[in-house]
Amino acid sequence: MPALPLDEAGAYVAAAYAVFVVVLMAYVAIMARHVGRVREDLRSLQDELAHQRED
Amino acid sequence: MRTVTRASGIPRLGAAAAAASGLALGLVFFYAPIEADQGFIQKIFYLHVPLGIVSLSGFVAGGIFGLQFLRTGDRRWDLRSYVAIHLSLILSVAVLATGSIWARASWGHWWLWNEPMLVSFLVVFLMYCCYQPLRFAIEDPERQARFACVFAVLAGAFVPLNFVAVRMAQAVTHPRVLGATGGSMPGSMRLTFLVSLGAMALVYLSLYRLETARKATAIELKRLRRRLEARAATEPRMERV
Repeated sequence: MPALPLDEAGAYVAAAYAVFVVVLMAYVAIMARHVGRVREDLRSLQDELAHQRED
Repeated sequence: MRTVTRASGIPRLGAAAAAASGLALGLVFFYAPIEADQGFIQKIFYLHVPLGIVSLSGFVAGGIFGLQFLRTGDRRWDLRSYVAIHLSLILSVAVLATGSIWARASWGHWWLWNEPMLVSFLVVFLMYCCYQPLRFAIEDPERQARFACVFAVLAGAFVPLNFVAVRMAQAVTHPRVLGATGGSMPGSMRLTFLVSLGAMALVYLSLYRLETARKATAIELKRLRRRLEARAATEPRMERV
């Protein structure tokens, strides 16, 4: 096949790079949610420990 | 299980990955020449091929970590194997998507079933899709780790074998990039490709370190909570004694 004109090729190139960015961002967002959950767990564990010390 | 979470190097690794990615993008769009045959569409090469190489390397690394677990019984190796495979599987989705977009632009088809390179990557991807259901179908953590690592070792050994078999096969459409003929890129393209590959490896490594640290911390927290609950359950009894 002959090379595509720049405007058409540009759309495909942009789509390919956008797919990668979207996959990466989705992964980072899921990771951030998990880190938030770990942080919450840590806080509740610290509270529990503080309660036990008071008792 | 003793977990060590060394998260201190992650921001530096992340910054290095971001800087390398920026440099790679700059080289791709402002330095590497437009390829004579494919034109501007060839720019996908600098994303698609490094993604493929890094994700396949991650699968192999998962197998090596799995083998280390089977040799030593140290659960940290199982965690490393799990994270390497999990991350490679996610990158594989991007490999398939970017490859499909590139195929559509240069061959006029989203997918070619008679092309060994495409089908073999899909086979590897589908094989690793079975890893998580297999892993989480087993409740006992010790058996779960052992079975998952056996799978990781066998599948990890299949990846390079599959790669060699495909390279020996007659190519229909897909070019062989790193071969004796396909690898003869001009210097500027080769440099851009190598920087893109390095950037992708850094992105993978930083995500790998981040997820390993996150998972190890979650496991450590669970262990501490269990100990705390066990102590809380025994202390009233001791008071009664």
